[in-house]
Amino acid sequence: MERKIRVLIGKPGLDGHDRGAKVIARALRDAGMEVIYTGLRQTPKQIVNTAIQEDVDAIGLSILSGAHMRLFPEVVKLAREKGLNDVIIFGGGIIPEQDIPKLKEAGVAEIFLPGTPTEDVIKFLRENVKRK
Amino acid sequence: MTHKSKNLKEWEETTLKDFIKKRPEIKEKFTTISGSEIKRLYTTEDIKDFDYDEKLGYPGEYPFTRGVYATMYRGRLWTMRQFSGFGTAEETNQRYKFLLENGQTGLSVAFHLPTIMGVDSDSPLAKGEVGKCGVAVDTLKDMEILFDGIDLEKITTSMTINAPAAILLAMYVAVAEKQGADLRKISGTIQNDILKEYIAQKTWIFPPKPSMKLIVDTFEWCSENLPKWNSISISGYHIREAGSTAVQELAFTLRDGIEYVEWAIERGLDVDKFAPRLSFFFNSHNDFFEEIAKFRAARRIWARVMKERFNAKNPNSWKLRFHTQTSGFSLTAQQPYNNIVRVAIQALAAVLGGTQSLHTNSMDETLALPSEFAVQIALRTQQIIAHETGVANTIDPLAGSYFVESLTDKMEKEAMEYIEKIDKMGGMVAAIEAGFPQREIQDAAYEYQKAVESKEKIIVGVNEFVVEEDQPVDILYIDSNVEEKQVKRLKKIREERDKMKWENSLKELKFAAEKDLNLMPYILDAVKAYATIGEIVNTLKEVYGEYEEPIFI
Repeated sequence: MERKIRVLIGKPGLDGHDRGAKVIARALRDAGMEVIYTGLRQTPKQIVNTAIQEDVDAIGLSILSGAHMRLFPEVVKLAREKGLNDVIIFGGGIIPEQDIPKLKEAGVAEIFLPGTPTEDVIKFLRENVKRK
Repeated sequence: MTHKSKNLKEWEETTLKDFIKKRPEIKEKFTTISGSEIKRLYTTEDIKDFDYDEKLGYPGEYPFTRGVYATMYRGRLWTMRQFSGFGTAEETNQRYKFLLENGQTGLSVAFHLPTIMGVDSDSPLAKGEVGKCGVAVDTLKDMEILFDGIDLEKITTSMTINAPAAILLAMYVAVAEKQGADLRKISGTIQNDILKEYIAQKTWIFPPKPSMKLIVDTFEWCSENLPKWNSISISGYHIREAGSTAVQELAFTLRDGIEYVEWAIERGLDVDKFAPRLSFFFNSHNDFFEEIAKFRAARRIWARVMKERFNAKNPNSWKLRFHTQTSGFSLTAQQPYNNIVRVAIQALAAVLGGTQSLHTNSMDETLALPSEFAVQIALRTQQIIAHETGVANTIDPLAGSYFVESLTDKMEKEAMEYIEKIDKMGGMVAAIEAGFPQREIQDAAYEYQKAVESKEKIIVGVNEFVVEEDQPVDILYIDSNVEEKQVKRLKKIREERDKMKWENSLKELKFAAEKDLNLMPYILDAVKAYATIGEIVNTLKEVYGEYEEPIFI
């Protein structure tokens, strides 16, 4: 039987808004994925360490505080340094469209803005996760 | 010959039945945005036993359903108070002046996340966050710059700050003193509502007991030293934004209020000395009538709670005064100009609901902090409502509506059910420890998302009337060198301050915390010695510890 997709949903930085992260987490779980939620105020290092511990296929990051340009690329950088080369890193939150190309350049696979149906995130993961 | 209408039942069996045959109703159930079912028609039947004197009374009198002041907006319009802050204190000071020049009548400070979390701008935890979602304030120096050229005796200021609220209040007082202001004249608010942090906004620092203790410290100190200051803004806004229904917002907010009053009375404070300065903060969401009913029910419930549950004798203790912010969550990133319309309608609901103070969101806030262009429109929205629509001409214009009165009663009843449930759990702190309000909110948030995705709830531009998006709007970008500037400033302050004075102030503060004294005077000394927020918070963490989040999806 194929292994379920394992996703880590993380809240990097000081931001405490977790409505979106939790709704996504629940939707992914209801879609049959295994979801681990990090809780609030994680450093990029903590997120990557948890990702390694939990042997995840994808890391979803949520930031509503404007700190995404610093923190998302930091997570990608640390993940790759630690050898998580096949882990898909995606994100969402309050992110101006103008920032998306730069984030993608930094290795974030996709950004889901407010209003995105959860089905889109589910589909994205099913189509892009590199199965182990 | 005078006409005599049919009664409701006859109408339903004839005219209505025939019409539905020709044109069936669009859906089976019509609900508010919160899922509350709304009937086709409300008549005298729905308010059959309505007692005007018991349910409504007169504005400025118990039970205040119609408004807290006898003349409401005819005597004074609601305060137009735009929540604002970004970058350094200099930049925010400029934005405050812009807003005041454009007719805003009160200030409202948005602090950046490091300040909110009690962390300094040069902490590793602050990397990438400095000045991004609010103004960077680390020491009294930043506050001095923030209010430069602003006379604190002449303007009221609301500060959205919770866990370190006592510290920011102390800084504000220190600035006022430097300006030579009479402290008995300065007025404003600190949000200072930790319970809703655990429930919804989640920017906590210390555990519940010491946090409540700090809050009661501020009640006590303010009632003696700042008679015109609102020591707390008991909030539902964030609870709603986190996903709650309107009834949950109403119930959890008021139950939080009850908790604060209980803890203050437990300390030995006289309810009539601090209660008149409790204030509230609600969301104004999309469902127009549900919001208006919610505001009216809030006033009526609180008045009764204060009079009957707490035996307050001062009529000012019975008055629920509130600030409103239009819902951020309801705005869309798609077709952002539509948000101007949403905000206008939500603002109108707040005014018809009798708010004392109002913030209108800017249309670009799903993308970034408000640009000057967008915030000007948001302010104009309030001004148009105030001066062009006529709704401020009369008090509580919707009173007597069969629909609005039924809905007000319904919300009151449903909110009371929640309040009684939490009472049975042992109070709000107990309920929070059991995860009750948090789970209710998370479930409601998920239900809402499912309703949107199944198109049971339509969001224009998002799941219906979708277009290929145009060029993105011009947004406010925070300068990348804000962090560097702030870190430099902080370094200079640490070098130049009187080290002995600073060190002593923190020592005294720790001592006072260990001895359970009222911390306000000690915090005041520390801020005047240019201790940083991080240093003060870390000192208190040594005594109080830190809150640990219960993690559940």
